[in-house]
Amino acid sequence: MADLSLEKSIERKASMKNNLRRKPRWGETIIQSLLFFSGFFSIFTTLGIVYELGKEALLFFQMPEVKFLDIFTKTKWQPHTGEFGIWPLFTSTMVTTVIAMLIAIPLGLAVAIYLSEYAGPRVRSTLKPILEVLAGIPTIVYGYFALTFMTPLLRDIFGRDVVQIYNTASAGLVMGILILPLITSMTEDALSAVPRSLREAAYGMGATKLETAVQIVVPAALSGIAAAVIVGISRAIGETMIVAVAAGAGPNFTLNPFVGAETLTGHIVRISGGDLSYDSIDYNSIFALGLFLFFVTLTLNIISQQIVRRFREVYE
Amino acid sequence: MKEKTTVEGFADNLAARNRRGMVWQALIQASTVVGIIALIALMLNIINGAYGYVAYEAKVDPDTLAVNGVALQDQSQEQLVTLLQSTLSSGAFKKLENEKPFASRSLEDVYQLVVDRIVRPQVVGVWSLWLSLTQADEIRATVAQENPDAELDFVSWLNPGFITRPQTSEPFTAGVRTAIFGSLWTILFTILVAFPIGVGAAIYLEEYASDTWLNRIIQTNINNLAGVPSIIYGILGLAIFVRTLEPLTSGEVFGLVDPTTANGRTVLSAGLTLGLLVLPIIIINAQEAIRAVPRSLRNASFGVGATKWQTVWSHVLPNALPGILTGTILAISRAIGETAPLVVVGASTAISFDPNSPFSKFTTLPIQIYQWTSRPQDEFRSLAAASILVLLVLLLSLNASAVLLRNRFSRRF
Repeated sequence: MADLSLEKSIERKASMKNNLRRKPRWGETIIQSLLFFSGFFSIFTTLGIVYELGKEALLFFQMPEVKFLDIFTKTKWQPHTGEFGIWPLFTSTMVTTVIAMLIAIPLGLAVAIYLSEYAGPRVRSTLKPILEVLAGIPTIVYGYFALTFMTPLLRDIFGRDVVQIYNTASAGLVMGILILPLITSMTEDALSAVPRSLREAAYGMGATKLETAVQIVVPAALSGIAAAVIVGISRAIGETMIVAVAAGAGPNFTLNPFVGAETLTGHIVRISGGDLSYDSIDYNSIFALGLFLFFVTLTLNIISQQIVRRFREVYE
Repeated sequence: MKEKTTVEGFADNLAARNRRGMVWQALIQASTVVGIIALIALMLNIINGAYGYVAYEAKVDPDTLAVNGVALQDQSQEQLVTLLQSTLSSGAFKKLENEKPFASRSLEDVYQLVVDRIVRPQVVGVWSLWLSLTQADEIRATVAQENPDAELDFVSWLNPGFITRPQTSEPFTAGVRTAIFGSLWTILFTILVAFPIGVGAAIYLEEYASDTWLNRIIQTNINNLAGVPSIIYGILGLAIFVRTLEPLTSGEVFGLVDPTTANGRTVLSAGLTLGLLVLPIIIINAQEAIRAVPRSLRNASFGVGATKWQTVWSHVLPNALPGILTGTILAISRAIGETAPLVVVGASTAISFDPNSPFSKFTTLPIQIYQWTSRPQDEFRSLAAASILVLLVLLLSLNASAVLLRNRFSRRF
């Protein structure tokens, strides 16, 4: 009996030794390389963006009609008459972005402070889904809202001869509402990450709720808030459908928010909406504008990430 | 200040400080209310546009089309076809016959054609729901005065017919069936591309990748791609899928080339473009879900001798699946609502036939909304409002299923 079990255990040990020897597992290797390829795939997307946009943009700059210097000095963008000054597209993008941020930053900060410092759990649990709903509504719906609600409202308030049917103000205001949930949720994350002990220390010193929130919690979360604001700006610059619907067609060099003016993104959408023939100046110009847009938003996003990484206050 | 450490000094100041606290708290709460009001205004505005009075004139009075006292809507299919044949030019009739033989058309379809081609209702006025409710009498008076022949009806622009009819250029017969099918076809390819690659990438980054410069670049790159404006993906899709890969995306290499689907502006191109767009979102969400699976589960699996892939496949993935699916559904609902990239990729402006292959021309719900919103006539704005309701219901049910999935199947460790 004992001999038998000993024999068996020796046998088992031998077979285990056999199993444990490192053998090539081809299945595992194949799967791992497939997974690596999936991970690496996103690099192709970025390379594709840079390569394709760069290639066509280069063709654009090589066209005889396009003079590189004119792009930054002329104030007209009319591809059909060979005028390429980026300023009108740039100013309207700036106007919509500034208006959007004037709405989204104060409101977004206020809502975030309310959610993280003032609201009780019940209010939070109703408000957060509302914000999620706002964030999940497609931008074209906001475009419809801008054109059919905000524009008539502005025209009623400021007068029909002051406010045109298509204007950058209504697009900017609605864009502010669109970006509000983004800024709120990022800011609220930053505020919630500030440890309880800091607040309690402030209360212990006799600070009021407002003083605690504004003088202790907000400064402690400042890097996160700055990151949220920058991401919001980047989102506003790249936002397309609201401006395509409500801001008007045709580049217009103006800072007046009540007249129609086409933004960078709005221009790209309108130009490519028709039947666009390849290798035309229109076709190449959207790539040049796209490349510009890509680098601007990428830079803003990278700055935002750097701010979070570099200036984050780490608490234990 | 130095000697004012007495209780009275503190209390003096306190009243003002508390008052300031109250004022700011009120302001902060007011901002929150503004946000809620914005959402309510958005919803009410859409509903306001989707219902209301509409006044229309028929080019041909339907009563005159009655045969032997049988009203138009009660006539048989043969009678209606005869009517079409006798009224329309033979060329127009043949064209309809070629599109789809009358014998195989349904009665509703033929009736729709009669309304479309012969009765031809023309909209003369549209009123929003708010005006229709508050000023019904004035509206009736105006219509009676200015268009005595016009009929005034209270309509819901969102009705079963609107959802099941194909797209047309006439506001009364236009529907969103073409657009709904277009959206579904497009999303199918988006999921087919983005889900496997996205989950694969997330598994790689969370389970396999060591902390090397290459893997850090991959991770940073994914985070950056998530912030790229969607229109850039549209331009990329135009360059790669529509132009460079045209033989593939137009179906030419499969010998399926359809003369009507010119130049790669197809469902397939649109789906792939949206696939690239949602890929980073799916990866980031899936990574979070995988990260939430505790280390101990993996160690237990390794402890009984499982290989890496066996551990991932049998232990990590099943536990992370609800989270992965929730994240994917949210990404998909983002893709369904996307408009800008599809305009750039080249959605068709007017097609009345449902897409039936990856190589069909396409239009989607958001594209339809965009086109109807961009038209100056009020009746098209109303159609846009009705299609927004369709889109929002679709998105809401998707989001609700995501929430259900999260609540029902997610495990806490």
